[in-house]
Amino acid sequence: MLDQADGYLTADGRQIGPVVMEMQNITLRFGGVEAIKDISFDIREGEVRAIIGPNGAGKSSMLNVISGFYVPQEGQVLYKGVPRPQMRPYQVARQGIARTFQNIALFEGMSVLDNVMTGRLTHMKTGMFAQAFWKGRAEKEETENREVAEKIIDFLEIQAIRKTPVSRLPYGLKKRVELARALAAEPELLLLDEPMAGMNVEEKEDMSRFILSMNDEFGTTIALIEHDMGVVMDLSDRVVVMDYGKKIGDGTPDEVRNNQAVIDAYLGVSHD
Amino acid sequence: MFYREAGDFSTTYPQDSQTFPIRFDRIRYYFVLAIAFLVIPFVVNDYWVSAIFLPFLIYSIAAIGLNILVGYCGQVSLGTGGFMAVGAFACYKLMTAFPEVSMFVHVLLSGAVTAGVGVLFGLPSLRIKGFYLAVATLAAQFFLVWLFNRVPWFYNYSATGQISSPDREVFGILVTGASKPAWAAYLFCLVFVMFSAVVARNLTRGSFGRKWMAIRDMDIAAEIIGVNPLASKLSAFAVSSFFIGISGALFFSVYLGAVEVGEVFGIQKSFLVLFMIIIGGLGSIFGSFAGAAFLVLLPVLLKNVLVGVLGWPTDIEAHFELVIIGGLIITFLIAEPHGIAQLWRVAKEKLRLWPFPH
Repeated sequence: MLDQADGYLTADGRQIGPVVMEMQNITLRFGGVEAIKDISFDIREGEVRAIIGPNGAGKSSMLNVISGFYVPQEGQVLYKGVPRPQMRPYQVARQGIARTFQNIALFEGMSVLDNVMTGRLTHMKTGMFAQAFWKGRAEKEETENREVAEKIIDFLEIQAIRKTPVSRLPYGLKKRVELARALAAEPELLLLDEPMAGMNVEEKEDMSRFILSMNDEFGTTIALIEHDMGVVMDLSDRVVVMDYGKKIGDGTPDEVRNNQAVIDAYLGVSHD
Repeated sequence: MFYREAGDFSTTYPQDSQTFPIRFDRIRYYFVLAIAFLVIPFVVNDYWVSAIFLPFLIYSIAAIGLNILVGYCGQVSLGTGGFMAVGAFACYKLMTAFPEVSMFVHVLLSGAVTAGVGVLFGLPSLRIKGFYLAVATLAAQFFLVWLFNRVPWFYNYSATGQISSPDREVFGILVTGASKPAWAAYLFCLVFVMFSAVVARNLTRGSFGRKWMAIRDMDIAAEIIGVNPLASKLSAFAVSSFFIGISGALFFSVYLGAVEVGEVFGIQKSFLVLFMIIIGGLGSIFGSFAGAAFLVLLPVLLKNVLVGVLGWPTDIEAHFELVIIGGLIITFLIAEPHGIAQLWRVAKEKLRLWPFPH
C-alpha cells in the first residue's frame, strides 16, 4: 500500500500528495439507526476523491461529518495529521474546508457577486469600526477580496450575471454560483454534494470541466458525491463505495468497477 | 431618458462598490445634502422643525437601526421602544451627571449603552428564531419600560417619575431645553442622521452586511462558509441598538424635552418603527427614510389638507386620518410588498428607458 507521506502518480500523470484528511473508524448513529458504520478512508492532497453508493448509503452523512454538521459517536477525523476536536461548522470552514449542498443553499436575497463575496468572509478581518467609515484598510481589503472573487467569477464564466439577484437564476446557474461561492474561499479541501444532480448532459459536461480545471489550476483537493457513474469514473482518482453505511470498496475507478461487492450493491443482491 | 447611466463606466472595483455608482445618483445625493445643510437651517421656523423635521429625522435613525436588525439580519425585534427608552434614560443620566460635556458625546455614549443592552437581549437569538424571537424581544420591551418606571435612580428621584431635559450646549449653542433655537435642534439631529446613514450603508455593503444577509437568507449555509452565527447576530443587535439608542436620546432630549417612559416608549413605538421599515422596505437604507417619511409626514399632510384646505372639524379629521393611513398601508403592501424602496427601484428602472419602450 501507499506510504503516508508520499503519494502516487495518477493514470494521467498528476502527482498526488500526502494525506490531507483521514477518517478513522467513523461511526454515526441517529438514535437506533447507524448511518455510518466504522468507516475509514483518506483524502490525499490534489486528488479528486469520489464517494458513491446507492440511495441512503450514508454518503451525505459522511460529508456532513467532514464539514462538522454531524459529530460521529465513534472514530476521529484527522485533518493534516492532527486529530480534529469537536468543531462547529464555521470553525471547520475557517480551517480551509468549503462545500456545496445537494439542494442549493445560496443566499437568495443577494446578488451573485455578493454571494461569491460571502465566500471570502473567512479572509476578511477588518473590524467594524474601520468598516463603518470605509476608509484605509476596509476599502483595501474589500478591493483585494473582490479581485479574488472576480477571478473565480471569470473562471466559472458567470461574469454576465454578476449583479443579478440569485433568486432570478435558473437551476444550472445557481449550482455554478454555489460552486463559485465555495471556490472563492480558496479552500484546501472542497466538498461537492451531488454537483451534477438535475443537470442535462451539456451542463454536466460544463461542470465536469470546471471540476477538473479547478483541481488542475488551483490545486484544490476535491471530494465529491455523485450518482452519474460515467462522470464519477471519468473525474475521480480514487473512489469510496458505501452501501448501508458500510464501506464496500475503495480504490481507483477500475478497481472499484471490478469489485464484486460493488457490483452486487448496484445490481441488487439480497443482503444477509 | 431622464435617468441616465449610459457612459457611466466603473473602471476600478472601489468605483463599482461605492454607494452611488451612477453619477446622476451621486449628484442628486450631494444636492439633497446641500439643501439639507445649507438651505433648510436658514429658512425653517419652529413649527416646521418640531412638527416635521425633528420627528422625521429621529424616526429615520430608529428605522435605520431596526432595519439593520430586521431587514439585513432577519432577526425580528419588537423591543425598539424599550431600546429607545434605554437611549433616552442613558442620555438623561449623562446630561445630569456631566453637564459641561458636549451633547454630541452624550448622544453617542447613549447609543453605546443601548448597544450593550441590545447585545444582552440579543443573546436568545442564537436559539430562538422568527416569531418566537419577536416574543422574546417583547420581553425586553416590557422589562425595560418597567425598569425605568420602578427604579427611581433612573429618573433622579423626581417626584413625577418623568425625566425632563436640561439646557445643554454644543459649541456654545443650545440644542436642548425650551429656549433652543429651532435651526440648531434641526442641524444637531441632521448630523446624527447623516452619520447613521453613512455608517449603516458602509457596514451593510461590506463584510458585516454580507454576514448579516447570509444569516438572514440561510443560516445553515452561512455557518458552512465560516460565519459565526452568534457573533454576527450579536453584532447586528449591537449596531441596531446603537442607532436606536441615538434616536431615543434625541427623541427625549431634543424633540420632546420631557418624557414619561410608559407613554412615549411603549409597545406602540416598537410597532410604529417596525411598520416604518416594512412600508419603507426591509433591507434598504433609503427604505428607512421613506418609511419614516410616510408615517411621520403623511399624517401632518393629511391634517393640513383636510382641516386647512377642506375645512373639516379636527375631531373628525383625527379619526379619518387613521382610516386613510391604514387604508394606504394596506394598498401599498398589496401593490408592492417590498415597500417604497422597491417602488423607487422599479421607477428608476422605468425611467432609464422612458419614454421609449425598449
